[in-house]
Order: sequence, then structure tokens, then C-alpha cells
Amino acid sequence: MTDTLTPVLSANWDQERSWTLEAYEAGGGYQALRKALTMNPDDIITMVKDEGLRGRGGAGFPTGMKWSFIPQDNPKPKYLVVNADEAEPGTCKDIPLMMASPHTLVEGIIISSRAIRAERAFVYIRGEVLHVIRRLRAAVREAYEAGHLGQNIHGSGQNLDLVIHTGAGAYICGEETALLDSLEGRRGQPRLRPPFPAVEGLYASPTVVNNVESIASVPSIIEGGTGWFSSMGTEKSKGYTLFSLSGHVAKPGQYEAPLGITLRQLLDLGGGMRDGSELKFWTPGGSSTPLLTAEHLDVPLDYESVGAVGSMLGTKAIQVFDQTTSVVRAVLRWTEFYKHESCGKCTPCREGTWWMTQTLTRLNEGKGQPGDVELLLDLCDNLLGRSFCALGDGATSPIMSAIKYFPQEFEAAMHTPSWELFPPANSTLFAKEVAQ
Amino acid sequence: MSTDTSAAAETAAQGEPPVEMITLTIDDVDVTVPKGTLVIRASELVGVDIPRFCDHPLLKPVGACRQCMVEVPDAGNGRPMPKPQTSCTLEAAPGMVVRTQVTSEMADKAQKGQLEYLLANHPLDCPTCDKGGECPLQNQSLSHGYGESRFIEEKRLFPKPINLSAQILLDRERCVLCQRCTRFSDEIAGDRFIGLLERGAKQQIGIAEGEPFGSYFSGNTIQICPVGALTSEDYRFRSRPFDLVSSPSIAEHDSCGSAIRVDHRRGRVMRRLAGDDPEVNEEWISDKDRFAFYWSTQDDRLTTPLVRDPESGELEPASWPAALAIAARGLAAANNPAVLTGGRLTLEDAYAYSKFARVALGTNNIDFRTRASAKEENEFLAAHVAGTPVDVSFAGLERASTIVLVGLDAEDEAPVLFLRLRKAARKGVKIVTIASHETRGSHKMHAELIAVEPGSEPEAIEALELDANAVILVGERLGAVAGGYSAVVAKAETSGARFAWIPRRAGDRTAVDAGAVSNLLPGGRPVTLAEARADLAAAWGIDSIPNTAGLDTEGILAAASAHQVDALVVAGVEVADLPDPVAARAALGEVGFLVSLEVRGSEVSALADVVLPVAPPVEKSGTFVNWEGRLRPFETVLANQNVIPDLRALAGIAEELGRPIGIRTVQQAASEIEELGRWDGKRPAFRARKQAKATAKTGTVILDTWRSMIDDGRGQQGAISYLATARDFVLRASAATLAEHGIENGGQVTVIGPAGSISVTAEVAKIVDGVVWMPENSAGLRLVDTIGAHAMDRVRLAGGEA
Repeated sequence: MTDTLTPVLSANWDQERSWTLEAYEAGGGYQALRKALTMNPDDIITMVKDEGLRGRGGAGFPTGMKWSFIPQDNPKPKYLVVNADEAEPGTCKDIPLMMASPHTLVEGIIISSRAIRAERAFVYIRGEVLHVIRRLRAAVREAYEAGHLGQNIHGSGQNLDLVIHTGAGAYICGEETALLDSLEGRRGQPRLRPPFPAVEGLYASPTVVNNVESIASVPSIIEGGTGWFSSMGTEKSKGYTLFSLSGHVAKPGQYEAPLGITLRQLLDLGGGMRDGSELKFWTPGGSSTPLLTAEHLDVPLDYESVGAVGSMLGTKAIQVFDQTTSVVRAVLRWTEFYKHESCGKCTPCREGTWWMTQTLTRLNEGKGQPGDVELLLDLCDNLLGRSFCALGDGATSPIMSAIKYFPQEFEAAMHTPSWELFPPANSTLFAKEVAQ
Repeated sequence: MSTDTSAAAETAAQGEPPVEMITLTIDDVDVTVPKGTLVIRASELVGVDIPRFCDHPLLKPVGACRQCMVEVPDAGNGRPMPKPQTSCTLEAAPGMVVRTQVTSEMADKAQKGQLEYLLANHPLDCPTCDKGGECPLQNQSLSHGYGESRFIEEKRLFPKPINLSAQILLDRERCVLCQRCTRFSDEIAGDRFIGLLERGAKQQIGIAEGEPFGSYFSGNTIQICPVGALTSEDYRFRSRPFDLVSSPSIAEHDSCGSAIRVDHRRGRVMRRLAGDDPEVNEEWISDKDRFAFYWSTQDDRLTTPLVRDPESGELEPASWPAALAIAARGLAAANNPAVLTGGRLTLEDAYAYSKFARVALGTNNIDFRTRASAKEENEFLAAHVAGTPVDVSFAGLERASTIVLVGLDAEDEAPVLFLRLRKAARKGVKIVTIASHETRGSHKMHAELIAVEPGSEPEAIEALELDANAVILVGERLGAVAGGYSAVVAKAETSGARFAWIPRRAGDRTAVDAGAVSNLLPGGRPVTLAEARADLAAAWGIDSIPNTAGLDTEGILAAASAHQVDALVVAGVEVADLPDPVAARAALGEVGFLVSLEVRGSEVSALADVVLPVAPPVEKSGTFVNWEGRLRPFETVLANQNVIPDLRALAGIAEELGRPIGIRTVQQAASEIEELGRWDGKRPAFRARKQAKATAKTGTVILDTWRSMIDDGRGQQGAISYLATARDFVLRASAATLAEHGIENGGQVTVIGPAGSISVTAEVAKIVDGVVWMPENSAGLRLVDTIGAHAMDRVRLAGGEA
């Protein structure tokens, strides 16, 4: 089964001091950069487009196409902004990547900046991950010293300055326009579109905002050459990617595999569900993607197939929950998260998450009232597709899908608290010892 | 006289580029709109009222409240938009099909859902809320909401209310976070004194960190608040909208002529709001226009005529007939009477004074000014201002290439003009200000500062490089600078740039057009032109009009001191405003006979032989002519049988004198003015000339000064909360100037002038070295009266208290 794994980004994670320039270059790092520096920028865009790289931040928008939207006749400077504000519940791919191999990202940034003719790039990184920030900053310093960054990189005439900017702990700043506002020093709230960032992004200049993993994948595409990256994956979802397996699985962690792998295969790789556990529900890509159940074990994990079963591939953060989990309680926790992180700009997200959290709290306590489930669904209907940005849409995903797949648990919440139906202790690793 | 029609002509002549029109379908009705129109506005054209909160036509779209959602079955490209769209952010496209709540269940449900969300955390305290009865949230909940809420959970609670400023209070529970207030403050006023704090359901409006506190325009936030979250200290809990009688009117505080709405109840004005006049003030007014309306109801309001008792020497109440007869007798006995009208009269009243001076008193000794002016000002006004049609207009400013301000701090002296200038600046018009320093106003307009010592403006004007599409806005303060107007006119002639004269008071341009100036007759007729005099004499039915220019204010007062002018008729003049208040007091005390027409008791009325109480603007009808030259007529708000306008009192005196002025009502005056029309004959040419700068008196620094918008002016008295929002009383000086005098930033400095000294806090500013600025009439200190120094005079500085 291990054949299904395709370690590229994670290939060097087990190297000694993998985060250093020395280790990275010893493993062939920055070769793609040297190759890219000989390439015409438009050819880099074409290659990334042709190889079918799609945004790894959740939406899956073709990366090369995003780059080609940058109007090169616009006299303003172009910017590349890397979204490293990884905060989606369950998602834990970018931060390990930057922790283990920050140079992969830095190399990707230099190549991508060349493609879009940016001379200044930014990484907007979650402020909480201090250790990662330090590693990334150290990597940037090393890259400057090695001449990979700065003026006239390796005599190519290309200039690039890279700024590592730390966020201040707001989930909304992972939304690309809120990120840009935050990066400009403003309150992090999403912007009205149009204009899109490609036309008026950072400092009202053409800007590409890409996820860490997307940019980190670029060097391998350049190095792999035509047809290499696209040989992996499915017809419309090409390449390899990081699947982050967490929850009630025997061996949680990062599993790098081609798109189109199934959860069944991933669970096999991860040693299956933990002892005595059976799969109850799972998120394909963070809490903002509707839940799936055991019936979806064989759904290919690519953008199209997951969409076809009513969910989204998202960040590929697969959180696995077993039979000990109360779906009502899990949904309450997620909804509390959205309530806490709603930026407050638009009415439905601000008020809807406030309202639904309270209703779910009652349900969790077994104090549901007749009509609560219908009310929740209707409130979701008034939020989904009505909010300013996707945060509000995401908040409805766990609620609507949970009610869809587990209506009986919401019925039970009319009279029985979740902790009686699903004692939290049963989910612990020491549950058996407690029972004995 | 001035008319409005020329403004439209100007707009048409300058012309925006032709607008591309597109057609879309809204609720099965085709509508054609200019490209770029938002669907929410297009819907208004087909008569569909889409509910909205954050949307405001003068603010940038934000799409925050999500209330105005519509269904778009066809975006104009044959494809539907999958989600409902906010019509306030959606631009109409050719062939677009829009379904509003009228024809779309999706839109209707989306809108109702948002309203239910908005009300979830709303306190629903309408019965005790100021906004109840005129509240968009209340109205739209009734028209577009569910009758019942399904929300049974706990509402978000906040302590309430909190003060955002001394004037503005915020109830965060009522707030729907539409951000109209913060967007106004940011986009329109440029004062980000409020901002969003916290996030999610705890998001709230609050005092912005690190921004200057307060704004001259803060009251607009109350008016555009679609709920009762923002209230004013003055009006809170005072009244209900449905008890108020609303009357459109014109603000009397500056030369902008802003449209306002005056709401009164049982004979008392309860509040004032901005009127909607796109040509002038759009939908904004200054806090002065909004809150400063208590001045006419202060305790010193004059209610009966007063006549000085020859025996006791005291002013005693008298009947109108007696008072008018005594006034007439005194004036009849005078050999050389004169008239001072102040700058606050309506066109009709100023016209009556102008006619009274010429017809009843037979003199051209009449002036509206209470400030210093260089000799060329009268010629300038006669040649370029009096009775001229609208040329430079508010809206036209937005199309200028460059706007130069000289002798004018728009934010302080013409606040609504400042808003328009800021709008122009945001559209890319270059603003240049010739001033001693960068003020908050010029900073907010991103103005380029040409820093000059006060009095050196002419050289700076000469050095300007302007094109024919540039505009020079000339503040009245330039009138005190020798050669100031000459430089402007010369620059305009060589560059083709246009200019406009921006006085400070509502009645200034009005008085110029009415001929309340010694060298001008009504409608811009020059006194010195025989055909103009003849034209007017014929219209007035009199033999002749005195053929030489009379004395100006300073001349009149000097002549009164010298007993050459032996009788004075004075309307609404504050002695302390005059260039030399000490001499003025002496002159008024010495003059043989003094008639004072006043709303409230003043220094002049205290010295008068006859005091005639007259109506404030709110109690009469009339017209102001704003700086554009636009007529701004208004009707009586509070009908008060016991008060009369100035012109009626003047008519009474004139009749007693046996030389009637032929007008007894505002309507008669207005129609006579209209019939007379503006002078279309030739005008005396204005000879631009260089003039020597006045020699500076001794002292170490040059004083610059003007009035802050919020200050001790009598027109603002009684507006306590408003006055509390005044800017700090400070002396502005450069760091070098302060250092030279051993004064620290923030330390006390004593300013010593010829007549005295005052102590004030020093503040470092971006100001020319060797120049200090102080407000003219703030913190209980009248600069001229206290230290005897004007702008351009030299004063001395000393550290510490006086």
C-alpha cells in the first residue's frame, strides 16, 4: 500500500536538520530555481497551468490561471502574498511543511514571483506559531545570504524581497482579502469584490494570493518537467498533495499522495481506525466542508468527486470521528469556533453564528425544543450564500450535514444531553481502563 | 441679481463625457440606466423599494448588512447567479434580469432572514428610542420582516449609552453595524474618530485608537444612522418624530447656504438636520449648522423696543410706534448718518438697509464688514463679486484641475465647502493651500501647502502656475492683505483660471449683492456710475442717489469718533469683532444718535438710544446668497406675531422720516429685488496693483489667526454639548520658534501684544518659523480685544504664565 504515497513536499522531512539551507540544498534544493531563472516568466505560468496545479488552500482554483490574471501592462508593482494563516479546524499541513522545510516554500516563492513579475513577496503567517516563524525567518535570512533573494538573483536580473509578516490570531485573515487588509495594517475584514486582488490587491496593486502548499509545489513542477506533475492525480485534479489525517485513527499525520486517493486507502496507510473503533463521520477538508460518513469511504479524494457527494475537498484535513463521538457536541464546538472567529462585518454570519451557537448549546444539553432542527436548517439557509465571505458559508456546513446524516441524534437532543448519550470519557484512549 | 439657472448652464457647458446607457429588467420591467448604476438604484427607478441599511448613495458600497439581496436569474450573460446578490454592490449590466422581493421568493426569504438576524440582538426598545417613528429598521421590519421572531436565546448586552464625544452618544445594543457612521467619518469628513472594535457578535463601534478625537461633522453620523444607536446629547429623549413639525430652511452660520431641515414642537426648535441639496451641501452639514440653534432663545433676547430715557439715561421699554418715531426724529436731526449692517442679514433685509441708507438717509455711508479690509476690497467686490451669476460652483469644483485656497481655512471657515473640496481631492483634484501652516483641514484634503508668512500671500499667488481649469478660492481674510486681491485677479487674467470669493458669514455675499457697501448699490450697480444710479433712482422713484462712494466700516467709526458722522444705524454688529474694538466702543459711545436693530442685547444695543428687536432667521422668511452667488430662500419656521424682520422696522422709520422705502414685507422686498435684476451694464475695472506690505510693528513673531469653527461666537451660545467638542485652545508654532523662545511643546506660553497678553498652551505645528497661530475667539479670549493684535501683526512670546 505504501506505493500509493508520493512524498515530494514531505520527502526531506526526515532529513537531519531538514530546515537548514545546507540540508535542503544537499537534497537538490534550489535546483528548480536555477532552472526557472533561465525560463521566460510566461513559460513558468504556462507550465504551472498545463501541469494542472490547483490551489491547495481549499477552493482548488487553478494556480496558473490565477497568475495569468495579473495584468502585466499595469504599471504598478506586482505582489505575491503567501497565505500561511492556516487556521481551519483540523487543518495542519502548511505549518508542518514550513516547520520541516521552509526552504521549499522560499524556493517556490522566488519562482512564482518570477512568473508574475513580483519584486516583493509576503508571507502572512499565523502569529501563534512562533517556532515556525523563527524557522521561516531563518530560512529567508539564509536565502538572502546565498543570493537566492535580493537584487539580481544569481545574475538573472530578477529582484525579490521577501517579508515574513505575522498575523494576530484571526481566522478571517485567512480569507485572502481580509488578509490583504490586515497586511496593510487595517482591520482584518474581507473586501468587496470586484476589484479582485489580481487587479487591485495589496496596496491597490495587482496581487496573487496563494496558499503555502500551492507555492511549495511549484519547484517540484519546474524540476519534474513537462508531464511529471500531471501524471499524478485524476483528470481534473492533478498532482500530489498533503492529506492531514487526524482524529480517531491509529496513526494520525501527513500523508502525501496523489489526488483521487480514497479515505479507505488513507486509513489503511494510517493503520486503520484506532482499536475497536468504527468510522462514524469525517470531514474531507476541515470543518467548513460538509461531513461525510462511512458510506463515502471509497469516494476519490479529488475536487470533483468530493463535490459530487455534497461536500468539498477543502484543505484535505481529514478529521475522523468514531462511534463514541456525539455529532451534536462536535457541531456545537465547530459552531462556537465560527462564532468566535466571525469578523462581524456582515449580518448573517455575525448574528447567525451567535444564534445557532445558543440553539446548539441547548440541544447539547438535551434541552431542545420541537422545531429547533427545522429552525437550525432555516437559519443555515439564511446564512449560506448570504454572507459576505465564505466564513459564513463554512459555518453552515457542519450543521446542515450533521442534521442530514444524523437526524436521530438531534431528535435525542430534545430530551437527553450529549454527555449521557456519548460520555466524553468513552472517546479517550484510556476509556477501556476506565470501563474495567 | 443672482440666479440659480446659470449653475445648470455651467454644468451643461463643462459637461461630463456622454454617459453610456444600458437596459436591464427588474421585476419584469425594463429600465435604462447609466452604466455603473447599482441595481439598488435602478430598482428605485422602477418603483421597487429594496430594504437596506448599510447602503448610502454618497458612501462607497460595502455590502455589510446583506439586507438588500435580490435574485439574478440572468447576469446579462445568459447565466444565472447561483446565490442571491446584494443589490447595493451589484452593478447593472446590459440584459441583466433582476428579481427583487416583489417577484422572487428567494429574494424575499433572504431579506426576511436578514431582518430576523438583525433583530435577534436588537433591544426592540422602540417605545423609548429617539428613532422610533422615523427608523429605517422599524419601518423595514414592518414592511419586509416577519411579524414574529424565532429568537428565544439571550441577547447580546452592552452598558449604554457611551459617549463617543461630548455631543454624540452610542447605544451599542441598538447598533446594526452597518458602518455608515464610520464610513462617513472616514470617506466624507476624514475624521476617523470612531471605528470598529472587537469582532463577531461583540463587534462594536467605538472611539478609534490613535486618531484625533472629535469632528466638525459628527452630527451627520446621527442622521445617517439607520437605527437609534447614535443620538445627540441635545436631542436624546427630548421629542418624538411624530410630534415634530419639519420645515426646510437654510443654515445661517456660514456662506455655504446649506439646506437644512428644522424640526420644531410647540414653538421651540428641537433639532436641525441636513437637507438634501446635491448642488450645494449634498446631504451633509457641519455640527455648527446642526447644533448651534439655541442662540436666538437665550435670556438676552430682546422682546420689546427700548428707548433711552433722557432723564435716567437708562433704556426703557417703549411701544413700537414710539420707538420708531424717536428713531426717526434722531436720524432726521443728523447731518451725516451712516449704517453698519453686519454680516448676518438676509438679502431682503440687507436690501432694505441699502435702500434705507440711500432713500431715507441719503447716504452711501454703509458697510457690512466688521473686519479689517484693505482699500482694494471694495473695488474688487464691485468688479468681480457683486451681483455676478454663479460661476465657480460646489459641483464645478469636482471638475477643476487644481483648486488653490488662499486666506481661507475651509474646514474652519466654510465647513461644507471643505467637504466638497475633500471630495474633489479624493477624485484626484489637486488642492493647494497658501497659508502659514498645515491645518487639520488641509491635511485631510491632502493639500499641497505653500507656506507663507501672513501678509506674503500675494507673492505666493504670483508664483503659482495654473491652467485655465484651475480655481482660486479667495477667503475674506485675504481682504486684509494689501495687494492680495490684486494678485488673484492678475493671476486669473494671465492663466485663465477662475476664482470665487469665500466670505465667512451667511450675510456677507448677501450684503454685497444687496448693495450694503459704500460703493455698491443693489444688484452690483456701482455707485460711481451715473447710468447705474439713474437706473436705480428711476426704479425707486427718487430723484437721485448720492454719487460718491461713502465711508467703509473703519471710516464710519473713525468719522463717528471725530463727530463727523453724527448718527448710526447698526444691525447685528459685535463690537469685539471690529478691527479696533476699543476705538469702536468709544465711537459708538460718542456718536450723537445710535439706533440698534438686534435679536439679542449686545454691546451696541447697550449703548444705543433706540433699540429695535428684530427676528432671527428662524422666525422670518428670507434669502441668503451663498458664496457661489446662489439664492438660498427659506420660509418662516416659527411664526411669531410679535417679531418683525429688520426691513419692517426700517420701513417704519422711513415712513416716520417721510421718505418711505416702499417695502414692508419680505415678499415685497424679494419681488422688488427680482424686478430690479442684476446690473448688466459696465463695471468699474479693477486695477490690479502691487502694494507695499504693511510695515510690521515691533515684536518677535508674526501672528496668524482666524476663527475656529467651534468657538465663542454668539451664534453658538447655548449649544453646550456642541461647544464641548471644540478643539483645544492652543498656540501653534514651529519647533524652532518655540525653541528660540525657550518654550517646550505642550508648555505654557505668554503672547504679548500691544494691548495686553494672554497665556496659552504651545503646540508644535508644521508652520513657518517666526509665525504663531491662535484661534481668534476661543476659550473666552478674544484675541484682538485682549492683546490688540491682528493677523500679520507682530507679537512677542515669553515662556510661562503671564
